[in-house]
Amino acid sequence: MSLKDVKHIALVLSGKGGVGKSSVTTQLALTLSLHGYSVGVLDVDLTGPSIPRFFGVEKEKVRQAPGGWIPVPVHEQQTESQNGNGHAVGSGHGSLHCMSLGFLLANRGDAVVWRGPKKTAMVRQFLSDVHWGTLDYLLIDTPPGTSDEHISLVETLLKEATSEQMAGAVIVTTPQAISISDVKKEINFCRKTGVQILGVIENMAGFVCPNCSECTNVFSKGGGRVMAQEFEVPFLGSVPIDPMFIRLIEEGRRPVYPEGTVVDGQAIATNAESEELDTGLLVDKYTACSLHPLFDGMVKELITTIER
Amino acid sequence: MAPFMDPPPLTSVDTALTAHTTATPALVAPEPEHCPGPESNLAGKDDACAGCPNQAICASAPKGPDPDIPIITQRLAGIKHKILVLSGKGGVGKSTFSTLLAHAFASNSANTVGIMDTDICGPSIPKMMGVEAETIHVTSTGWEPVWVSDNLGVMSVQFMLPNRDDAVIWRGAKKNGLIKRFLMDVEWGSMDYLVVDTPPGTSDEHLSVNSYLKESGVDGAVLVTTPQEVALLDVRKEIDFCKKAGIRILGLVENMSGFVCPKCTHTSEIFRATTGGGRRLAQDMKIPFLGAVPLDSRIGMACDFGESFFDNFPDSPTCKALKEVVKNVGKEMGVKEEDVLGEDMFPHVKTLTASSVSSAKEESPVATPLAQARKVLGNDTLEAQRAVIEVRNDAVKYVDTATTYANYSKDQAVEALTENERLKMKVAKLEREGILEQREFMHTT
Repeated sequence: MSLKDVKHIALVLSGKGGVGKSSVTTQLALTLSLHGYSVGVLDVDLTGPSIPRFFGVEKEKVRQAPGGWIPVPVHEQQTESQNGNGHAVGSGHGSLHCMSLGFLLANRGDAVVWRGPKKTAMVRQFLSDVHWGTLDYLLIDTPPGTSDEHISLVETLLKEATSEQMAGAVIVTTPQAISISDVKKEINFCRKTGVQILGVIENMAGFVCPNCSECTNVFSKGGGRVMAQEFEVPFLGSVPIDPMFIRLIEEGRRPVYPEGTVVDGQAIATNAESEELDTGLLVDKYTACSLHPLFDGMVKELITTIER
Repeated sequence: MAPFMDPPPLTSVDTALTAHTTATPALVAPEPEHCPGPESNLAGKDDACAGCPNQAICASAPKGPDPDIPIITQRLAGIKHKILVLSGKGGVGKSTFSTLLAHAFASNSANTVGIMDTDICGPSIPKMMGVEAETIHVTSTGWEPVWVSDNLGVMSVQFMLPNRDDAVIWRGAKKNGLIKRFLMDVEWGSMDYLVVDTPPGTSDEHLSVNSYLKESGVDGAVLVTTPQEVALLDVRKEIDFCKKAGIRILGLVENMSGFVCPKCTHTSEIFRATTGGGRRLAQDMKIPFLGAVPLDSRIGMACDFGESFFDNFPDSPTCKALKEVVKNVGKEMGVKEEDVLGEDMFPHVKTLTASSVSSAKEESPVATPLAQARKVLGNDTLEAQRAVIEVRNDAVKYVDTATTYANYSKDQAVEALTENERLKMKVAKLEREGILEQREFMHTT
């Protein structure tokens, strides 16, 4: 019932751990927000909640209202702003809120040692007792595996949300065969439970050495595309490892690239004019990241699929 | 009849989602939220039990210690050292590290080593050991682990799946039941080391492994992490869990720390350690720091092919770092250093230095078969690996291996096999010419 004003719900799944589900969820959320949509992110990884750190809101607390929790705001809606010289300093973007168990822990180092039934109860609470309000997109970041959280998530969504609201699942994998074999299980899980698969994103596909620009396939290559073909699901794209993105998340510093960096055919220009490089919103700094154009393309494709 | 998991009879989504739990005692309905657990002392008496259909069953079931635990303790009595490999975070390299640790221990032929894969949703160990297609052999005394080599055995749920890609959609309680069976029914026999690989997180599997093994005693847990804070955040929670559960922490290993570009050998940090990385965390939490292992793309490749990284790439800096870590693990466990690793970790190397591959000898005095193959067949590591696999196994096995990996379709596998024949002929020709000594290739185990 608290989901009734959410237009589209998308899950981000992967059978394998450490492939970048949280990173992909963060980037999809930021990119959707840049397209002007109001976005909510729900972090259902109860034992390892990473979303607060990704959005840089680790220290925030969840506020309580009658009837439920209020999700933590990352940024509010904003139209494009300009400074005195006529240069755009803030990109227009929709609002972004997130909810995670990380906000509810007393100490960031506390272990969450819960058995299945308690985790199931928590997931249900997150879906029904949070004031999501009116959202265009709700992205749900999941833990690895196919376990209690996933089962209760799909169960609750089948009950609480309509089939028009359930957009489907985005599957994340790395190219190597070990990840592929776990992710195949996740695709079968989606098939069994009737969750539509929106597409496969192959993450960590290649690392470009910052010194000599030689691209090394640290986790093999090609597996994601082949798997998508085998299971007849759309392949959304390959995302390389970008240390600048990691630096943006970890330290909050705006990505800068050496002269002449080209990603996917587009030259990344580092705007040397910006004086306040490291301040400002995460979403504004993200526009300078080399992964942004890749995710832009993927999000456009996703929006077309979902809103069809 | 090998133990076999019947594919769930799926007629509707609900059936898949409400596959009921099996626990002791036998429940008639799924556990409610906030259930204290049917085996706990509060079963049937807690506030959350009111209204639960199982309340009468739980309240009247015999309490007290689980009668299966002494059976488990007896089964494991022949195992000298048990090591848990933990990490709160997924994808840091637990399974990879478990296989490498097991291979390292097994390199000393006097050691008998076993790996138990308790990751039921994502069992990776069989693939990394190259035994994905095996099944469990049941004897009168119990289940026999799958033997990778004379002294290295593996047990995993992967062997029980009828179809490799089947999803295991189980709730926690059912997973506990399976882990219990692994411990009760598998005939480990007398072993020197048992490495227990766990899934990410701090949940049912970890609680069960801990409670079942408490009586028989675990030497300790090795925690694996990557340098960045996102991973350390979850590892802190795991350390907290270990402290709460009373598991001794042998130490922390930092994986994927630093990447050496194969072209320009410039070291870059893919996963930046903004808060001091694993070393700082180990210091803060007062646990031993076992070592930092750099990222090598060939580890991933070796795992995908089910090969031992130590055997194939002994000259990699990652290998040296790993050996140090293994030695430190041994030290923490109180094992004598010479008993941990094989006295000569690469027994075939000595014979190779006497081989007639002159150019390989000039470049590196310790040339393994793979290095040799790479020298004469070209620099493409994948080609050279294929050649080594081909020379070791027969053609049929290779096609099977090729179709196992996502990167090959059936047609591509056949094409690869044809190409393989060409490689095979090339290798045979070089052997005839005395450039490659056939003896050395056959010598590798």
